[in-house]
Amino acid sequence: METIRLNESEDRDFIERVSRESGQAVENCYQCGKCTAGCPVAFAYDLMPHQVMRMVQMGLKEEVLRCQSIWLCASCVTCTVRCPRKIDVAMVMDTLRIMARRKGMVPPGRGRNVALFNNNFLGSIQKYGRLFELATMAMFNLKTGQPFREANTGLTMLRRGKLKLSVTKPRGLEEINHIFEKVRQAEKEV
Amino acid sequence: MKFAYYPGCSLETSGKEYDLSTRAVSKHLGIELTEVPDWSCCGATAGHSTSHLLALALPARNLALAEETGLDVTAPCAACYQRLALACHELNQNPQLREKVNEITGRPFHGKSKVISILEVISSVGLEQIRAQVVKPLKGLKIAAYYGCLLVRPRAIQIDDPENPQIIEQIMQAAGADTVDWPHKTECCGASLAVSNEEVAIPMVSRILKAAALSGANCLVCACPLCHFNLDMRQLKVNRLRGTNYQLPVFYFTQLLGVAMGLNPQDLSLHTHFVDTGQVLKLVG
Repeated sequence: METIRLNESEDRDFIERVSRESGQAVENCYQCGKCTAGCPVAFAYDLMPHQVMRMVQMGLKEEVLRCQSIWLCASCVTCTVRCPRKIDVAMVMDTLRIMARRKGMVPPGRGRNVALFNNNFLGSIQKYGRLFELATMAMFNLKTGQPFREANTGLTMLRRGKLKLSVTKPRGLEEINHIFEKVRQAEKEV
Repeated sequence: MKFAYYPGCSLETSGKEYDLSTRAVSKHLGIELTEVPDWSCCGATAGHSTSHLLALALPARNLALAEETGLDVTAPCAACYQRLALACHELNQNPQLREKVNEITGRPFHGKSKVISILEVISSVGLEQIRAQVVKPLKGLKIAAYYGCLLVRPRAIQIDDPENPQIIEQIMQAAGADTVDWPHKTECCGASLAVSNEEVAIPMVSRILKAAALSGANCLVCACPLCHFNLDMRQLKVNRLRGTNYQLPVFYFTQLLGVAMGLNPQDLSLHTHFVDTGQVLKLVG
């Protein structure tokens, strides 16, 4: 088990920043553990959801932002609807993921492929306006070094008309590209 | 009844059964769907995992396009529904934010169009009306209704109770089917973890299939293309990896409604699933 030295890693602004960005009163968490009990992905987490909440309260920024859990969270929102303190825990997880990305932290372990998947997905949206499933999957396979992953599934889907070799681009493709650019700009200014 | 229709990316490809059956059933029930002109992706989980502003702006463009039709908008895909409905909710709550997002999209959304799931649209026809359209009651089907996450969470956009929703059961019962009580109807299927980290998603899919089988169901019914893909395609994988032998066809609720209303099976795309649907559908006759 890893020892955490509170006096060395404390970042007192962290809870405020997470609360402000997520719009959630993280300080209200009283560690009942209901989020963890209901989390369907907890079995694969390195930090349990209630531990993430506690560590945000304690200002353990580095430890929280470098955990795999914030990436493995499936955004099922079960924690949020069950929280007796009405904290949107899933929104806090979203916020932590966004913060880790902004800091340029390399997602650890299984988080790596989640980030890769998300980037590929958004790349397709910016390029085509819609998700080009076949190209996005092929690109993901190449980037993860498993070119033939799900090849049989893909072939079956092609035969059944459930994969297309092209994508219907919206006419307003420029607009979508513009949205990505403007969001990037707006976030730089903050 | 008229609605703007937002199919979303999956319904053009891997979830085409849902698109075809939604259009066929809606037409039969007198619900007129007008596709949102020039729609684009809602951003899905990748969007809200990456940027809060992007997760609002991508749906907002589509909300604005839907609003131009003067209609409320419906989305069959649970993920599209959740993203559009949440963006709509947040933009309506916060006029300042709406202004900022409108400036980003260049297409003003005024908050006039509402976002409604296709389950609510079809349910609003009335259970009596649905019953009256049934020519082939779904006898012999014991359905485990599977909602997944995004139709019932979070609270601001939930279409039914987040722990024990009933809307699918009500529609399926109106179509003459039996439904089972079971504990996993709103447990997560793993969503896109099935792609990025399959070994994490397989136990999640497996738990759901096990609970459905133990409850005595002979099929699953869902309302989300990603849930469908994970439960249908990955069922074969669960069987291979875990030595199980589940044979649970996974239908979209619109497909079975179409069967009950006597629609052409080709229009419902019942033959394009991974788990064979023929055996169970024989029970209906």
